[in-house]
Amino acid sequence: MTKNIILCGVGGQGTVLASRLISSAAMARDIPVLSAETIGMAQRGGSVFSHVRMSTDEVLYSPMIAKGEADLIIAFEPGEAVRQLPFLKPDGRMVVSSRPVMPVTAALSDTGYRAETMLDYLSSHVARLTVVDAERALKDVGSPKVLNLILLGAALRADALGLETADLKEAIRRNIKEKFHALNFRALEYEP
Amino acid sequence: MHSEFLMGNEAIALGALAAGVNLVCGYPGTPSTEVLETVAKRRGEGVYVEWSVNEKVAMEMAGGAAYAGARALVTMKQMGLNVASDPLMCLEYIGVKGGLVVLVADDPGPISSQTEQDTRSFAAFSKVPLFDPSSAEEAYQMVQEAFELSEKYQTPVFLRPTTRVSHGYASVRVKDPEEYTVHIPEGFVRDSSRWVIFPRLSFNAHRKIEERNEALQDDFSENPLNRIEPEDAAAAPLRKGVAVGGFSYTYVMEARKKLGALRTLKVSTPFPFPEKKAVEFLSGLDEVLCVEELDPVIERELIYLCGKYGLKTKILGKMTGQIPRSGENSRDSVTAALAAFIGRPLPPEEAETPPPLPVRPPVLCAGCPHRASFYAVKQAMKGRKTVFCGDIGCYTLGNAMPLDMVDTCLCMGAGLGIAQSLNHLEKDRSCFAFVGDSTFFASALPGVVNAVYNQAEFTLIVLDNSTTAMTGHQPHPGTGKTMMNQVVEKISIENILRGIGVTAVETVDPLDHAHAVETVRSIADLPGVKAVIFRSPCVALFRAEAQATVDPEKCIGCKKCIREIGCPALSFRDGKVHVDPAQCNGCTLCAQLCPVKAIEVTPPPTPAGGNPSDSATAGGNKA
Repeated sequence: MTKNIILCGVGGQGTVLASRLISSAAMARDIPVLSAETIGMAQRGGSVFSHVRMSTDEVLYSPMIAKGEADLIIAFEPGEAVRQLPFLKPDGRMVVSSRPVMPVTAALSDTGYRAETMLDYLSSHVARLTVVDAERALKDVGSPKVLNLILLGAALRADALGLETADLKEAIRRNIKEKFHALNFRALEYEP
Repeated sequence: MHSEFLMGNEAIALGALAAGVNLVCGYPGTPSTEVLETVAKRRGEGVYVEWSVNEKVAMEMAGGAAYAGARALVTMKQMGLNVASDPLMCLEYIGVKGGLVVLVADDPGPISSQTEQDTRSFAAFSKVPLFDPSSAEEAYQMVQEAFELSEKYQTPVFLRPTTRVSHGYASVRVKDPEEYTVHIPEGFVRDSSRWVIFPRLSFNAHRKIEERNEALQDDFSENPLNRIEPEDAAAAPLRKGVAVGGFSYTYVMEARKKLGALRTLKVSTPFPFPEKKAVEFLSGLDEVLCVEELDPVIERELIYLCGKYGLKTKILGKMTGQIPRSGENSRDSVTAALAAFIGRPLPPEEAETPPPLPVRPPVLCAGCPHRASFYAVKQAMKGRKTVFCGDIGCYTLGNAMPLDMVDTCLCMGAGLGIAQSLNHLEKDRSCFAFVGDSTFFASALPGVVNAVYNQAEFTLIVLDNSTTAMTGHQPHPGTGKTMMNQVVEKISIENILRGIGVTAVETVDPLDHAHAVETVRSIADLPGVKAVIFRSPCVALFRAEAQATVDPEKCIGCKKCIREIGCPALSFRDGKVHVDPAQCNGCTLCAQLCPVKAIEVTPPPTPAGGNPSDSATAGGNKA
């Protein structure tokens, strides 16, 4: 099994934690895993991405994923999904949050950025696309801060992670404070 | 031994602990910061660790420890090496007794730095040997070898990861604490002929350094870290090879899977260069492509060797245009360069243009007190001839629209020198220097002394958010905490300024907007050097449980809040302002500006300026 996974979004959305959960879950199953993430200035509202690579059947040298090599892209934001699209395999899976994060410049004057344009572009270019209605999901789960677990859950149900729900729940137990476990499990297992 | 999933920087820290390091110090700087933080978390009883006030002091601390026979590690980013270069250049001549490893993280891109300088070039300049890791696992091994080498040859040794090595994660086999080397320092032995630098000592030392580095070239040629990955049968007739160093090695090895295996020289010690190994590699090759980031270090060495040994091998790379001269390499750029090199260029990418994507420059967080500070100064000085000199830290982001409050930014502490200089030239210009609290201690003090003594006139704005925020919240002398878990007396910025002779020093909460504006107005036109300290804690550290909400009945859609302060939590939909609850921290700045009082913050803020709380929520990604 080889999985190349890209998580992308806007600084502060929780991509880093999501990638750590995937890596931690893979490690626990003795799957060799490499990862890389954006740290530093871009975390302040810039475009961010994490690459996670795991394989039981080839030696991985680089944590970075090449264009056209990603089996799965988990996009926390529609525009960022389009930005990373060149990395997706032709038959790769994309899980995308429908909710846009408007750049600060868009509030000053209309930049023409619309989530609908991005989602339309994705539907016509990605054969295996899962769109998550983030607005509704966050409301149903009852916290604005668990988009990462909701998206991981959607990737699990699309059978795109190469991991089981139980693996990720264990990873949550190992990496997240206990008082947040119940909320995170709820987000992970949320189905619309 | 056991396996851990480690960031490159964490692996370096554990490697240093495994080597029995006695003292670790440094100054925060992306991408180096996590090395020292991990030492602090994982150290045993006998290990001393501190964030020093700046890199120069850290280098001197590490040098002192090494004089006493201790193993010392000093950490910084490449910009920090500029600050520490004075002691380092001299330390190389004086030499060390205990192992001294200088961890300098370079930043190709650059991703979060002012320059793309290459510490491998600095190694050749300073004559300090350097290890260049390509992965977390290799960095773990190299830091231990670096201590051994440092002691064997009595020289400081560089370990130079780049951003992708420092911040990449891998499963690494590491020693259990019981397996760590125990290194007991001998203690300082007085010997002025050894520890006092004089021209005569330097003359002798210089000769020995050059002899040693020649010997090291031979040592390094035998070291398996420098190795030749053989070509496969299909590639052999091409008579072509690849020379590579650092993280680009991972790109080359991945490309070999697709393109076939050319003979590959992996250079792990670019200085001193493993000459014999390189000559062995060049033997029988017609062309070599050098794949590296930043300076063409390997490329120049190979060109030199071809001249020295009369080889006909053609050396290609950055200087011949096959590899970009600036910026990072990538999986794709290296694969494309290698494919072209073997005469099988990849087809051009199908250029379908996606719809225009949002541009996302980094911005100050919602609720960041720096936003309020900049806005207060902007309002106070409206219509005046001014210059706002910025500095290094989160507050560099005050340059973004609509604040537009950073006219210059150069390097740590430089805003003070620039502001006072401009006033000497233009007396009618009101000059401001903005500096963060950590940067104030690190590099602003000489600027203040200079200004006061030389009769400069400018306003110093200290943005005190009680942490070193940009690099991930490290303590500094104003925070009252040390990395040894001591709670200590804070050093007062007000007292320092008054002690130097700044008479007008005012402290104000920037989130109290009217008062903040009034304070700046009252002080800006005073003669000489004057200072306003804006004190309010970093929102990422002390997150108030407050939220702003807009009353849609009252909001007249004038967008004043959006236009004036550029808070990322504010947006405009259907003629009304909206607050994103996931981002808002209830700082109240927008509510204070609203001309019709349509924004309410609940619960109201505590007078202390926020309530320290746990920000490690599930989705919360600490910056």
